[in-house]
Amino acid sequence: MMSEFIRKDGRKFDELRPIKIEAGVLERADGSAYLEVGGNKILVAVYGPRESYIRRLLEPNTGVIRCRYNMAPFSVDDRKRPGPDRRSSEISKITADALRPALMLENYPRSMIDIYIEVIEAEGGTRCAGITAASVALVDAGVPMKDIVVGCAAGKVNDEIVLDLSEYEDKEGQADVPIAMMPRTGEITLLQSDGNLTEEEFAKAIDLAMEGCLKVSELQKEALMKKYSTE
Amino acid sequence: MDIVPEITRQSITNLVKNDKREDGRALTEYRDISIETNVISKAEGSARVKLGGTQVMVGIKPQLGSPFPDTPDLGVLMTNCEMLPMADPTFEPGPPSDDSIELARVVDRGIRESELVELDKLCVEEGKHVWMLFIDLHIIDNCGNLFDACELAVMAALKSTKLPVATIVDEEVVLSEDETFDLPINNELALCTFVKIGDKMVIDPTLDEERVASARLNVGVTKDGHICSMQKGGKEPLTKDEILYCVNTAVVKVKELIENL
Amino acid sequence: MIYVENKDLVIPGQILADEEYYSGRGTFKENGKICSSLMGLVSLRNKKLRVIPLKSKYVPKKGDVVIGKINDVRFSMWDVDINSPYSGILPAFEVFGREKKELNKVYDVGDVLFLRVVDVDEIKKAKLGLKGRGMGKFKGGIIVDIAPTKVPRLIGKKGSMINMIKDKTNCKIVVGQNGLVWVKGDEDMEQLTKNIIHLIEAEAHTSGLTNKIKNKLYLAIDGELPPEEVDEVEETEEEFVLEKPKLQNFKEELEQEEREAEEKKEKEDKPNIAEVIEELKRKNKNKKDNSLSYGDNSNNSFILNNK
Repeated sequence: MMSEFIRKDGRKFDELRPIKIEAGVLERADGSAYLEVGGNKILVAVYGPRESYIRRLLEPNTGVIRCRYNMAPFSVDDRKRPGPDRRSSEISKITADALRPALMLENYPRSMIDIYIEVIEAEGGTRCAGITAASVALVDAGVPMKDIVVGCAAGKVNDEIVLDLSEYEDKEGQADVPIAMMPRTGEITLLQSDGNLTEEEFAKAIDLAMEGCLKVSELQKEALMKKYSTE
Repeated sequence: MDIVPEITRQSITNLVKNDKREDGRALTEYRDISIETNVISKAEGSARVKLGGTQVMVGIKPQLGSPFPDTPDLGVLMTNCEMLPMADPTFEPGPPSDDSIELARVVDRGIRESELVELDKLCVEEGKHVWMLFIDLHIIDNCGNLFDACELAVMAALKSTKLPVATIVDEEVVLSEDETFDLPINNELALCTFVKIGDKMVIDPTLDEERVASARLNVGVTKDGHICSMQKGGKEPLTKDEILYCVNTAVVKVKELIENL
Repeated sequence: MIYVENKDLVIPGQILADEEYYSGRGTFKENGKICSSLMGLVSLRNKKLRVIPLKSKYVPKKGDVVIGKINDVRFSMWDVDINSPYSGILPAFEVFGREKKELNKVYDVGDVLFLRVVDVDEIKKAKLGLKGRGMGKFKGGIIVDIAPTKVPRLIGKKGSMINMIKDKTNCKIVVGQNGLVWVKGDEDMEQLTKNIIHLIEAEAHTSGLTNKIKNKLYLAIDGELPPEEVDEVEETEEEFVLEKPKLQNFKEELEQEEREAEEKKEKEDKPNIAEVIEELKRKNKNKKDNSLSYGDNSNNSFILNNK
């Protein structure tokens, strides 16, 4: 019954928007990645592990990460004022929290890794896209990790649980549940939810989002292999 | 962190002395240029420029606003530049640095002073409603000579900009849903940047060339050869002859650059 | 059970084998599985699994030879940038023992040196020294920057790659284990060598690289491909495993240079280096002179001998 449901953009309930991932796209950064999903265009650069002069952030036994999520003024319909706002500060924080469990930085005490996520164009689901791209950039930078974290959202639109909400669905829909996970173990490193869901709907949404993550995860791997495999 | 190794300084200086460069170019040769327009569908005008390894992006967003009191019938241009920390390990997050502001202003000056955007056609209702164009530059990879890359990007983006048709109905501005018009542009312009290394002027410097250079000169020239903007930067002075050489070279080089648009 | 083969390209989190294998560098054990923590090539030897990273920052290790740049001069040491998350220090006593000298007259900010990692403390800060042949300040030449993990490939099996480049370009090349390479020779050859080194870096994980580079070099320098010959440098399997760089042959070369320099000096009827230093010390205390900066057992012939 559910599979009959067709969404405004013609997708099935469990269908992702088209995704393109590319690793190693910048010259200067230690690692980088570019990701398009639907109308989103995300660029991520990673610097480090590098020496940091911000003493208070350093840890004696391990490396630390710092994340900056930023939206370009031209990435949205109405021009966004440049610079951080409360929304981007929160996303920066939860993105760092989503990536941190996968990092193995014991060999880099007192060092810092900077992750810069630039939203060039936004069309719903930029935080998950940012996490997915950031993981690829971290691998590209040679940062040791337990797994490649991947993000994807599910939500509720027209009383149906659907995968990977577009901007329109996010605005018109009833709920949005973005998650990030480590695909090997299935552990969840980011979870947010806004809107109204029943217990059952939530369980369904999280299952669907995890399925979506696994699909995106394959594309992350492909992008990395493509960059470095021999012709 | 950004201390230039002494031997790098020497080797670049020696190369330039012999009319050579680290990437094999002539002193008046540009790196490869690639320009793409309409790269951001949410922006009314956009472009991405690659100049060698340097990569910049620009998006243009129009907004209706009030004109300045002294120019009640002219549209408004605002150029802003973000030297993103992703572009260079020495760029810091935070409010725009002095370098970033200088870059935006030099790029803006060429466009503004050449009057290539017909600002009078951006007036919707005199004294009340004009189009304001926000030109936002995003530096994403810094491999030297951001100036010329940014000016090319802005020029390309302006040429690709389409604005919704605005009409006044009952003293209210109404924007057409589907009707657009091309941003009226009557000229083309490019910036030519030189740096002084030893006693020679070098065009389109790489990052290392910029780092060892003693002075910089940006020359903005239109397609028809009018010099519209200049800026001298760097620690050391330039001679009049050096400046004239740059101007003469720029007038020729700008024609080549504009062909890429 | 093992899920990968030797030299497979793997990514972080990928399961490599079950527990009967041993977890080496670049891997970790979790829930009875051995997994990769890096993007790199699998190395399997005697049931021990390692992953050799494609890219990785240099972390200083005792005994390594590195190329560093003086970033700051302080009261009794130099701060040295060694292309790593961890900076190095070169204590004054490593250079002049107990004597007091003005540090910036010897090595100044921006100078590039060939150094040895004498010790690494618990926070990974590297103490550097100049004891060893060829150590000291570089004069002239260029610096080429590559991923530290590509250093073994640049050197090649028993130095095959680096020696081929040196022979063909007539450049002097010194490779630091931190990924910095110093090249000195004819101006154009320096640039050619830089491009060749970057090519090796970019294609380090491909096969047949030595011959490819050889052809490139011959084409660039002679305008034609090398004569057909049975290549003694065969592209063996072993060459693929990125091993710890072998610097022996490069040391030999330095020794050779040093001998030559000494002979040359003798011919020029120069007194021994200690006397030179003494004399210089007496003569001009204020003048910047790099010959003062060498350790007791070494001399600066490596630098002076350069064309």
